[in-house]
Amino acid sequence: MADLESQLLQALNEKECIADSGDFAKSQGVDHMAVVGVIRSLQASEMIVAEDIDHFRYALTEESQTYLTAGSPEAQVFAAVGADGISLAELKVKVPGEAGDVGFKQAMQQKWLALDKSAGEPRVVRKVDSIVDSTQALLADIAAGKEVPKADAENLAKKRKLIKPEQWKTYKLSKGPKFALERKKPATDLTFDMLAKGTWRTQEFKDYNFNALGVLPAGGHLHPLLKVRTQFRKIFTQMGFEEMPTNQYVESSFWNFDALFQPQQHPARDAHDTFFLTKPAATPSDRGVPADYLQRVQSVHEVGGYGSAGYGYSWKLAEAEKNLLRTHTTAVSSRMLYRLANQPGGFKPAKYFSIDRVFRNEAVDRTHLAEFHQVEGLVCDRGLTLGDLIGVLQQFFSRLGLKKLRFKPAFNPYTEPSMEIFSYSEQLGKWMEVGNSGMFRPEMLRPMGLPEDVNVIAWGLSLERPTMILYGIDNIRDLFGHKVSLSMVRRNPICRLGL
Amino acid sequence: MPTVGVNRDKLFEKLGKVYTDEEFDHLCFEYGIELDDVTSEKEMLRKELASAMAKGGDNKLAAEAAAASEEVIYKIDIPANRYDMLCVEGIARALNIFRGTQAAPEYRLADMSGKPLQQMTVKPETSLVRPFVVCAVLRGVAFDAARYNSFIDLQDKLHQNLCRQRTLVAIGTHDLAKIQGPFTYEALPPEDIRFVPLKQTREFNAKELMQYYLDNDQKLKKFVPIIHSSVVYPVIYDANRTVLSLPPIINGQHSAISLETKDVFIECTATDLTKAKVVLNTVVTMFSEYCSRPFEVEPVEVTDAFGNKTVYPDLSCRRLDLTTTYVNSLLGVSLPGPDIATLLNKMQVSATLGPDGTALSVSVPPTRSDILHACDVAEDVAIAHGYNNIATRIPPTATQGRELPLNQVTELLRSELAMAGFTEVLTWALVSRAENFDQLRRPDDGATAVEIGNPATAEFEVCRSSLLSSALKTLGANKENALPIKLFEVSDAILLDSAVAVGARNERRLVAVYCAKESGFEVVHGLLNRVMEVLGVPYRDEPGASSAPVSYHWAPAADPALFPGRQAAVFASTCGDKPVGVFGIVHPEVLTAFELPYPVSALELNIEPFVFDQFYQSKLEPLSN
Repeated sequence: MADLESQLLQALNEKECIADSGDFAKSQGVDHMAVVGVIRSLQASEMIVAEDIDHFRYALTEESQTYLTAGSPEAQVFAAVGADGISLAELKVKVPGEAGDVGFKQAMQQKWLALDKSAGEPRVVRKVDSIVDSTQALLADIAAGKEVPKADAENLAKKRKLIKPEQWKTYKLSKGPKFALERKKPATDLTFDMLAKGTWRTQEFKDYNFNALGVLPAGGHLHPLLKVRTQFRKIFTQMGFEEMPTNQYVESSFWNFDALFQPQQHPARDAHDTFFLTKPAATPSDRGVPADYLQRVQSVHEVGGYGSAGYGYSWKLAEAEKNLLRTHTTAVSSRMLYRLANQPGGFKPAKYFSIDRVFRNEAVDRTHLAEFHQVEGLVCDRGLTLGDLIGVLQQFFSRLGLKKLRFKPAFNPYTEPSMEIFSYSEQLGKWMEVGNSGMFRPEMLRPMGLPEDVNVIAWGLSLERPTMILYGIDNIRDLFGHKVSLSMVRRNPICRLGL
Repeated sequence: MPTVGVNRDKLFEKLGKVYTDEEFDHLCFEYGIELDDVTSEKEMLRKELASAMAKGGDNKLAAEAAAASEEVIYKIDIPANRYDMLCVEGIARALNIFRGTQAAPEYRLADMSGKPLQQMTVKPETSLVRPFVVCAVLRGVAFDAARYNSFIDLQDKLHQNLCRQRTLVAIGTHDLAKIQGPFTYEALPPEDIRFVPLKQTREFNAKELMQYYLDNDQKLKKFVPIIHSSVVYPVIYDANRTVLSLPPIINGQHSAISLETKDVFIECTATDLTKAKVVLNTVVTMFSEYCSRPFEVEPVEVTDAFGNKTVYPDLSCRRLDLTTTYVNSLLGVSLPGPDIATLLNKMQVSATLGPDGTALSVSVPPTRSDILHACDVAEDVAIAHGYNNIATRIPPTATQGRELPLNQVTELLRSELAMAGFTEVLTWALVSRAENFDQLRRPDDGATAVEIGNPATAEFEVCRSSLLSSALKTLGANKENALPIKLFEVSDAILLDSAVAVGARNERRLVAVYCAKESGFEVVHGLLNRVMEVLGVPYRDEPGASSAPVSYHWAPAADPALFPGRQAAVFASTCGDKPVGVFGIVHPEVLTAFELPYPVSALELNIEPFVFDQFYQSKLEPLSN
């Protein structure tokens, strides 16, 4: 190639002009396409100028190549018929296939042959004694590159399809503005070699394509939901909250429901909402729950106490022992609060948070998964008020960028007062529910042994919903689960919550 | 949360005011209910029709939709404990009292002196199936079509919610003019109970009736199991042995109420007496509004199986004593006593201030069964005062922020894995048994995975005892990605463990997979070495490792999920000869099971032994058992 390029430049330098690149290719004994490659490359570098020369000719088809020696189909048929004539069937054997059919038709048209039906079975007989095979002669002329009359050529090309038109280009070449005998190739990159040899000083550099994107770095990526989780963790710890050990998905109904004063007939305790376990099916009440506490919980459900009327039903131990996949991380909160009330040295104020999975026995769809992450915060101290809850919520949500809040009365079995948290979305122009909150009921706290003046304020929200809003995901299955697209994981920005 | 559909214009008529949707939404927000949707019967049928059309059309529905009313319906979400707001009467009453346009009614029993009470006698056999019944009579009820429908709807709503689909309580209402007291509540063998049930024209015995409903009635068949297997069925008869009802399934046709009914006999049978009383109180307090003497209810004497007589309903107000100090200190406000009393009146609760100005004697009406404790009263004060009018305070609680060490190590390790070129995935803890065992070629010994009894989604059979299947599923769902694919997840596996009180525990694991045209065994091996390097755990055979507090090594292993001869188990010096992890080329049969065409190598590692501080002190903090 380089050799061909320098031959071409050399020839151009000597003659100022190459009249036809086709002839040049022949003179070099190479295929014309190889020369075209060199021309294109030199043209791009403005070293030569090329003008198109259009060529046209007819060429024989594969089939008509054979007629050069065997004669045209009509001549073949005429020969086969012989002086005595022949039956059609015999003719088909002697000149088989397409050539036989076409040849017979042509020979009949030229009135070389006739059909004699006088003896019953029709026979093909000669009408003339000899013929001139002009078709073969034309084909021979075309094959030799000779001019043939236009009408004959068109007849052979269009009607008989024995020849086909061929078009191609060659080029007339002359020197371009940057003509030189040897090409200076512009470099695409600065290399170690150039630095070592100092050739970078004279080296021409190819223009860089500034319209394209660069090469993405080959690194790993963090999952967007967990990026958001990281920011929530920072906000909580910065606000002085301590993380609860929530690494325990299997929970007893006691800690998940009963300890929270959630009655045993509550709809949430239905198999429709909660995953109950067949293995391990139950937590024996003598494991983990002190008998006196268990007794107090049973009593507050059945007949009340601590100022409460209770629910007035027959509380069943077996129901409390049933194991389940926790429906909320509040199951862990109840364990932590019990621990806080009963720790050595007595009660101390605490601020707890957790972000972990919870499970609901729901059918999976665009907005529901059977497992999702619950974000939970709680403050446990003496003399806390509903005003404190609103205050801490405003502090927390303003860190999330949600500064305009309002609160709606709500119902929750284990909090009273209870508040749904709404935030005004400037983008959507409406109030949106962003979480749930409340003060834990005395029927939950007092049986644990927390002092009378200790209140607990708490709130919760899902991690998935804010993440979906932040990252513009409208189907929760595109965020969490094995069907998540890896390109979604790879291509998302840092989470700026808490900035 | 129950949703109640009410006719907007009827509601506004009762409220004596026409609201815009926005104004009404705001009122709901203040009170703690929610205007969920604004629609009409026509609109609802149209939606139903649209989904029916998608399934192939329904001419009957189309005709219904064309004929349906265009009157606006408000769908209102009601808090789950406000049974008194499950009908338009209750919603209007609560909002009227809240706005101060109506005083809270005083619900009272009719003065029956000198008049005989209706009698209901409970037979002892009922204790075998459904032991309780409570009753009441509403006299001179002025029904019209809207009131009648509301009466039926309220019973439906109560059945769905408080009555727990009729298992706890079932309501029967009857035209008293068509029946004759005294009544008996009995339990008889199903073949012996014969009557014409509601909406039927022929007589059935209870046994064939149950079969008839199972075969023909979508709505009623779901209640049949409540009594189906019982040897005796509960039944209520009048003095002439006319069947009033076969609770909790169906009433008799004979005593059916209609628009012409004036006197209504209400019976609530139950397995939970407390809830039966609440249900009865809800029905009578709501619909006594339309009685000839509004808010007056005629009592019925019920004689229980032991001969004890009780008069129902009990419409007395419960007294609750608290102090204004309690209310103020719980809410963080300083409202004067008289203000608190006024605010409580808006919530249907009457309050009397004691002579000291702080003692508050509260009278809880029979409609407010949700009030259990003084904190419920305080919440009502807060609602009437307005949640958004409460002065805020930042809790003074001074504590130190702290991450759980296990999670802190997890966070640090996740970053390191991403830096090592692996991309994080997040997968479900719930998997199928096949994914957790068979597809991994691992046997289910019955002592490994937590098993779920009642999954709504069939594939959620067990909690994963290994993260590997989830990572392989993720690869399977992302086959079009350019190779190599490098994924990781740091999450919990869940393992049966009898040493833990609940019988199972989580274990924090790292899983990493490498998928390419060649196995990449040395890649996951290298990742293990890198992970240990960042955890500060030396390889056992490194110089000095023997004196380190913890070191690790690996040795050829035989995990059926991995390719023989191309796998190793990982050991930590602090964990004896129990492996803490495994790595290797995933077995080709496992790849086939997860429909993966390319070789995969995997590493799964328990990171809990490496959760220690800079002094190599373990910082694992399991929740106390």
